[in-house]
Amino acid sequence: MANRYKFTALLLACCAVVALFIGQGLTLDNYQFFLSRRIPKLLAIILAAVCISASSLVFQTITNNRILTPSILGFDSLYLLIQALLVVLWGTSSVVIAHPIINFLISCAVMTGLALTLFHFYFSRKGNDIFTLLLLGVVLGSVFSSCANFLIMLIDPNEFTTLQAMMFASFNNVNDTLVYWVSLPLVLCLWWLLRSAATLDVLWLGPDNATSLGVNGPKMVKRCMFIITVMVAISTALVGPVLFFGLITVSLTRQVFQWHQHKYLIIASGLLAVLLLVSGQWVVEKVLGFDTTISVIINFVGGTYFLYLLYKNKV
Amino acid sequence: MITLSKLNKTYGSQRVVNEASMAFEQGKITAIIGPNGAGKSTLLSMASRLTKLDDGAIRIANVALQDWDNAELAKTLSVLRQANNVNMRFSVRELVAFGRFPHSQGRLTPEDENKIDDALAKLDLTLLQHKYLDQLSGGQRQMAFIAMVVAQDTEYVFLDEPLNNLDIKHSVEIMQVLRRLAHDFGKAVVIVIHDINFAASYADNLVAMKQGKVVCQGSVAEVLTEQQMSQIYDIPFAIHDIGDKKVCVYFG
Repeated sequence: MANRYKFTALLLACCAVVALFIGQGLTLDNYQFFLSRRIPKLLAIILAAVCISASSLVFQTITNNRILTPSILGFDSLYLLIQALLVVLWGTSSVVIAHPIINFLISCAVMTGLALTLFHFYFSRKGNDIFTLLLLGVVLGSVFSSCANFLIMLIDPNEFTTLQAMMFASFNNVNDTLVYWVSLPLVLCLWWLLRSAATLDVLWLGPDNATSLGVNGPKMVKRCMFIITVMVAISTALVGPVLFFGLITVSLTRQVFQWHQHKYLIIASGLLAVLLLVSGQWVVEKVLGFDTTISVIINFVGGTYFLYLLYKNKV
Repeated sequence: MITLSKLNKTYGSQRVVNEASMAFEQGKITAIIGPNGAGKSTLLSMASRLTKLDDGAIRIANVALQDWDNAELAKTLSVLRQANNVNMRFSVRELVAFGRFPHSQGRLTPEDENKIDDALAKLDLTLLQHKYLDQLSGGQRQMAFIAMVVAQDTEYVFLDEPLNNLDIKHSVEIMQVLRRLAHDFGKAVVIVIHDINFAASYADNLVAMKQGKVVCQGSVAEVLTEQQMSQIYDIPFAIHDIGDKKVCVYFG
């Protein structure tokens, strides 16, 4: 079957890019230094890639819409607001900004906390549909981003430079310890998604058919939202906001592979995401000489692709 | 046996189902008839747990609906509503395979494959099984969805207007399949249907509703009288016996 060949090709390309990224210029003398720098970075890229693509895919399923990503819920702007607020309140030299693990924990806790409070109020209401929630997300997202912009105006220009580094996704200075720590929750989330893959497939048929087949749709949506929140919060706090990346990988996967099973789609889009991010990072490091961050490339390529999708009316 | 007793449902200030009681037996096709807005679809979706009831009791195989586990109930009761828009590309066989989900949670066993083949054969879809749904006509697509319900192989089958937008041939084929399900396989088939003559020819029992209330119910012969039909639909009815079938003529 054609899908299988494409998948094998993707897997091989992925391995090749990863090997290039890890192995380039390694000699017996320098391998310890290089590996100690490259492995955490690679791990961070893989974790972020898989999280972003899996969460976007599942998000598109539960919203039954192929153009949305979880960033519509305003995570990116909330992350910016949190960072700006921390800088305004305590300054860049304080522990909440300077210490990566503490900063990560604060960002994650606030993001998941706020999202879960929102979901709690939302899902305990009667007669809700998911689009009201998305609309709420859009509104809150623009509130957060306006507040963040206001705070950024107040910040001292020197401190703003520190903040600016956080405004773009980057793998250039990922914290080693942090990467190892977040692997476990992310792998757990991913494991849960893969385990529920068959149930997610049933959601393609719409809420009534899903109920008829014994799937509790609202409960499933709630659980998926929780998992997505955790994954997006962690990956945003780890590498920064990546607006378009989920959209690119998921819709490319759908175009390349004619699968409907989430089990395969999650794995394939994860591999594709790793391939894109690792090669993108390689371009940033070797071709552009660290002159820019990967999120600039992602948003440029992603934005173009998004316009292309709209133009071709593929969504 | 499914028994509904004194079901009520109110949307806003409108009472759409009002103290409706009825029973659906195994081995019989029960057709729910009545004019638009009579509460037929609401009643069917309450009985099949798609809509919550405000008041009343539903017992399925002698267990109250609220005591059933949702996943377990899917092995006993299936339901198909009218609009089935799927914006994902499935082949007919992939769609029908979803009917086995309650039994195998997505990991198909050889027995599941047999049931899928069987359902495809019953609906005459074997030759179309590898076509995608968007390549089919409306009637064939409806047949595919019914095949999914057949593959689910439940004791109770609820269908909301299965003949909607279908031509005569497809309608007759679907009704024949439903009759086989009821008479040969002993299932309780419940349908909401607008075409009185289809209901009269294929159903065993009729439930007639008007403005949320059950007006009359019983065998086809008991319910299908000129006086009761005119009362339900507010237009004159003439009922003729042609062969062994009752045929309603209501074209004024």
